[in-house]
Amino acid sequence: MYPFTYHRPASVRKAVNLLASSEDAKILAGGHTLLPTMKQRLAAPSDLIDLNGVEGLSGIEQKGRTIHIGAMTRHAEVANSDVVKEAIPALAKLAGGIGDPHVRHRGTIGGSVANNDPNADYPAACLGLGATIVTNKRKIPADEFFVGMFETALEEGEIITKVLFPIPRKAGYAKFPNPASRYALVGVFVSKRGKDVRVAVTGAGPCVFRATALEEALAGRFAAKSLEGVTVSDADLNSDIHASAEYRAHLIGVMARRAVAAA
Amino acid sequence: MNANGIGARVKRVEDKRFITGNGHYTDDMNRPGHVHAYFLRSPHAHARVKGITSSAATAMTGVHAVLTGDDLAADGIGPLPCGWMIHSKDGSPMKTPGHPCLAQGKVRYVGDPVAVIIADSLALAKQAAEVVEVDYEVLPAVVDLATAQSSATLLHDEAPRNTAFEWELGDKAATDAAFDGAHHVTRIELSNNRLVPNAMEPRAAVGEYDAGTDHFTLWTTSQNPHVARLVMSAFLNIAPEHKLRVIAPDVGGGFGSKIYVYPEETVCVWASKKVRRPVKWTSDRTEAFLSDAHGRDHLTTAELALDERGKMLGLRVKTLANVGGYMNLFASSVPTYLYATLLSGQYDIPAIYAEVDTVYTTTTPVDAYRGAGRPEATFVIERIVEVAAREMGIDPATLRKRNFIRKFPHQTPVIMAYDVGDYHASLNKAMDLADYKGFGKRKRESARRGKLRGIGISTYIEACGIAPSQAVGSLGAGVGLWESAEVRVNPVGTVEILTGSHSHGQGHETTFAQLVADRLGIPFENVSIVHGDTDKVQFGMGTYGSRSGAVGMSAISKALDKVVDKGKKIAAHLLEASEADIEFKDGNFTVSGTDKSIDWTSLALGAYVAHGFPPSEIEPGLKETSFYDPTNFTFPAGCHICEVEVDPETGVTEIANWVAVDDFGTIINPMIVEGQVHGGIAQGVGQALMEGTAYDSEGQLLSGSFMDYTMPRADNLPSFKVDTTVTECPSNPLGMKGCGEAGAIASPAAVINAITDALGHEDLAMPATAQAVWRAARKTSQRAAAE
Repeated sequence: MYPFTYHRPASVRKAVNLLASSEDAKILAGGHTLLPTMKQRLAAPSDLIDLNGVEGLSGIEQKGRTIHIGAMTRHAEVANSDVVKEAIPALAKLAGGIGDPHVRHRGTIGGSVANNDPNADYPAACLGLGATIVTNKRKIPADEFFVGMFETALEEGEIITKVLFPIPRKAGYAKFPNPASRYALVGVFVSKRGKDVRVAVTGAGPCVFRATALEEALAGRFAAKSLEGVTVSDADLNSDIHASAEYRAHLIGVMARRAVAAA
Repeated sequence: MNANGIGARVKRVEDKRFITGNGHYTDDMNRPGHVHAYFLRSPHAHARVKGITSSAATAMTGVHAVLTGDDLAADGIGPLPCGWMIHSKDGSPMKTPGHPCLAQGKVRYVGDPVAVIIADSLALAKQAAEVVEVDYEVLPAVVDLATAQSSATLLHDEAPRNTAFEWELGDKAATDAAFDGAHHVTRIELSNNRLVPNAMEPRAAVGEYDAGTDHFTLWTTSQNPHVARLVMSAFLNIAPEHKLRVIAPDVGGGFGSKIYVYPEETVCVWASKKVRRPVKWTSDRTEAFLSDAHGRDHLTTAELALDERGKMLGLRVKTLANVGGYMNLFASSVPTYLYATLLSGQYDIPAIYAEVDTVYTTTTPVDAYRGAGRPEATFVIERIVEVAAREMGIDPATLRKRNFIRKFPHQTPVIMAYDVGDYHASLNKAMDLADYKGFGKRKRESARRGKLRGIGISTYIEACGIAPSQAVGSLGAGVGLWESAEVRVNPVGTVEILTGSHSHGQGHETTFAQLVADRLGIPFENVSIVHGDTDKVQFGMGTYGSRSGAVGMSAISKALDKVVDKGKKIAAHLLEASEADIEFKDGNFTVSGTDKSIDWTSLALGAYVAHGFPPSEIEPGLKETSFYDPTNFTFPAGCHICEVEVDPETGVTEIANWVAVDDFGTIINPMIVEGQVHGGIAQGVGQALMEGTAYDSEGQLLSGSFMDYTMPRADNLPSFKVDTTVTECPSNPLGMKGCGEAGAIASPAAVINAITDALGHEDLAMPATAQAVWRAARKTSQRAAAE
């Protein structure tokens, strides 16, 4: 690890000021991607701005038909939250399937969403539920937030404060884990809220995306049967030592059916 | 029976310190003033090193030295040797150019150490490494095993066709004749996938030089510290043996990968004199992936000739074995005498002929890994037997039974003389435990749920207890493979056992103490096991090849015999009786037929106070040493049956049931033996289903971390049914055979036989990942559709 300056601000405003005044600062939330990268000397931020001392960034509450989850809320809190389990059980299940207990007690939703790892689970939930990402500056719909591989709509000096999930009528998540890392090799999050049917796919492509062919197939009847025979193109999917694009495309169909069946 | 004696499920005494964080591993050794080593490694698979500029690094405050291969050469530090000579078919000796500890002229795999940076802290050493400039002339990589012999690029000028040797074993003419008269010939091609060992504790070393006594000490993660000292003294020229102490303290797993002498530990001890400070190095996991010797990596074609009833007539095997960039310490023995000598399996095969070419590639060196040659042999024979049975329409269990060896001793056509066994007993017991008869019903039930169910048998044999020194010497080994033991009885009757075996997870502190408690009739707690330090134990050959029980404990047993004999002599004097009348039982020396006796503690004290016997007849004290050289290998054997359920939609294989019935001869501690079997199966399942070592065409290791290299985990495995049959080994005093590797040897074939049974065809390589099985299952359904 290269040397860096560590900051522990008490408020989002102070964190933003520090970001503005540092040359190459990184935000530290759970640290589960950032710290290993730094230990491998692949990242060398000048400053680390630790959000763990910021008041009010953590917590879960239901307001009307929306679940508010603070950016610093740990995966384990979401997985075990009675509010989430009642309102969006698929989201609780997804959070409970991230990493291992150590990761779930340290990793945060805000960190995961901001990092936008192409194999992470939370981006699928955000896109699959039509969530809104709230920052210190604005509200960003999930459809506009996840821009590309490890790329988001976040701008300089922008910090996620919470994520708002509208409560769907039905939702399900099915994940085929990478056998080694247990990140999603393919994860499919499906939901139905009124006429809004969403199928979000993580792990398969360079960035989480919506599978429109599957959404259209589900628009008539939200049932696994509706997806039979519907194929997903492997044209833009990842191919690596674990899975070819062809296998990933096939798994999208299988996981989508299983997610719908579980919803 | 002693409650903690032979056969008792004694809890492992060493575990308390391990699980409470009180173990002492090499990385726990912090020496006053120690400095840290960081190895600058080649980023290229194959390159000429044209120059190394380190002035900017050495100028940094806190950097003590940057040392290279030139510095090693200047000090006369030799290359790492290969300790087992193999001759090619044409009689020429193997071509094994030396393996310098730091690159000299060329690098031959990604991770090959080029320079060592020694600094006050590891962070500083890493920082300094970034300003060491290495001028590489990148050369083409040679990665593909199948084509390496025809590559235009040579790794070593001394090894044409990138080939170290072309070796053969068996009678070619007799085998060819067997095929000429065959009713049926089964032919298979298979690969045995390369594995990364991944012991929980990474390798580490601390070297220290005492200028006052001109003496070195090395703490290192070794399975055999005496062998490490011998190699460093006799071949590497670090220091003569009496000036070098090697300590292998608590070691967290080896699986073969810590047998060898590695560049890093050699450099640490050598450099400690150059910088006049203790030098410490601990591998991180990334380095471990790149630089720990890998395992397996064979490509094999095998043919089996059978008569009308399925009786085996002959076996022909051709194997290409990858040894990586250099020939490692025991790498030449693994695909030869530890492999082809086991190709007869449990079967009476009249003729066998095997050819093995070992090939250099620009990849991490390959050497022994849990099983070492025997898993590869078992995979060949157990796959081809299974395929032959399917091709001939004979039940696989029946075909095996028709060919089992029934009479012992049995001389195979490939050197080994099996001493004892009962292969029907283990197969029958395993079939009962697996409810083999009820499989059809379970398969139909799985089919109703859209799943494919399969069952696979593996009746394995291995050779353990390595090994008779004269025998291995005649086959090319550079060392003898006996073991030593010293029994030190203290005046209060407690006992210290000094053993040349080394425990790195095996539980010797428990099992060896069980033997002593049993034999001497003393409390288990009164025995301690001392190992892993060349200053304490006179000599030892270490632990690998499941030899600690059959060889290491046999040495202890012999030394205990001597102690008891001397005890009887002393007792005779103390009890004023004839030595011939003294009986030793349950810790008491008794005059036969009388109630005159002396207990163990009093006898021990008597031996040391020496008041009761004449020094002209008996020396004071009670301490005996034995060197035990086995008269034969031991032959653990058994049957594993794996039942799987495949989800054809995803290709995921679930292991539905696992039965292991092993014949290990006498068992000291059934709990520890079961643990060994469990761990071995886990490793074998890892090889069969998960562990794929992948290099790209440039020789970069793609599966270089746990993010990409799949180790088996508890949730991948069922609860195993583990049982035993017993035929006692006749060639050692305890009747033991060895259990450390059996699980890893037996299991890959059982898994692949089960999955191919489920799929209905044989086109499936290891590791049978979900993707691979999905592809194979699609082939199954395409065939079904075509029919």
